[in-house]
Amino acid sequence: MTIVVLNRRNLLAAGGSVLAAGVSGLLLPARAQGLAPTPSMSGGANNYRKGAAIVDRIGKGGFWMSGTVRRAGDGAPLAGQRIQIWAHTTEGQEHEPQSHGATLTDNDGKFRLEMPQIIPIFGQPHGHLAYDSGEFKTVFLRPVMRSAKDTSLEAHFVLQPV
Amino acid sequence: MRLARVALIWAALAAAIFVPIAAAAASPLLAWRNAIYILAGFAGIIALGLMLVQPLLIGGYLPGLSAYRGRRAHHWIGGALVVAVVVHVAGLWITSPPDMIDALLFVSPTPFSPFGVVAMLAIFAVALLAVLRRRLGPRKWRIAHVSLAVVIVVGSVVHAILVEGTMETVSKAALCALALAAAIKVMADLQVWRKRATSR
Repeated sequence: MTIVVLNRRNLLAAGGSVLAAGVSGLLLPARAQGLAPTPSMSGGANNYRKGAAIVDRIGKGGFWMSGTVRRAGDGAPLAGQRIQIWAHTTEGQEHEPQSHGATLTDNDGKFRLEMPQIIPIFGQPHGHLAYDSGEFKTVFLRPVMRSAKDTSLEAHFVLQPV
Repeated sequence: MRLARVALIWAALAAAIFVPIAAAAASPLLAWRNAIYILAGFAGIIALGLMLVQPLLIGGYLPGLSAYRGRRAHHWIGGALVVAVVVHVAGLWITSPPDMIDALLFVSPTPFSPFGVVAMLAIFAVALLAVLRRRLGPRKWRIAHVSLAVVIVVGSVVHAILVEGTMETVSKAALCALALAAAIKVMADLQVWRKRATSR
């Protein structure tokens, strides 16, 4: 349990930091709507194989990976962006070529790719996604499934122009 | 009556260790793993089982074993624990090198990894100190070993509980609870933190 001690010193410190944050916010140039870019997740790039083919479906399917791709700042949906997806599935380990595939976002910046069922590897049921096409900064994501029994997983990209 | 009690204790110990192993052997996840990955996983489960045996041996709780033989077995099983951990880590490294390297460098996204790595380092440290124990002297050795044992048991239990792998949840939790309880009991019974040999 945290015990909050209210005394003059703490109040002054807290008040000072609020003031400082407020003032610096006013002084900085306004960033267009301020949608922050998605940072790469740790371990996101593990077992990545650059340049997997764009496919209608990875393997026999049965599991859906979906998400959105937007631009940092104004949040505009980005169409035609290549997203690569891979995971340890019922049809192969993470590093194996048949576990990898790519898809493109539609006009609303959405993507959706069917793939084999993801199963736990290294202690967590998770997938990997990459944006690595050069126009925007490269981002690697590694979303974790709530349950190993889930048959879908989502990941969302907010990309920053290079 | 006494024989029944002896048999019961040994049967309970065997069940605590082999039921989790059998349950893991029935895991559906094994169908999508290769031999090396499976071996690595089971080395970890065996290490967890050995961790339950260690305090029981040193506390003299296992009937039919003399204090001398219990101590000897404790030393050998300590060595086996090092081997099991090495097989666990090496097998996982072969399965997915980048994931293992992330874990060893403490930059892994999985919350259980640092607990496992710290426990591993503590196991190696105990093995090293055991070789040098004559030079350390009994008091320093005891403090070092018991401190590291706390790190090993707590780290391993947290690691095992957080991992979502082939182990079945209930049998895993039971084995972890027993390993923790055995460690606490032996430390209490042997009064390991008490200052000994103080001059008056």
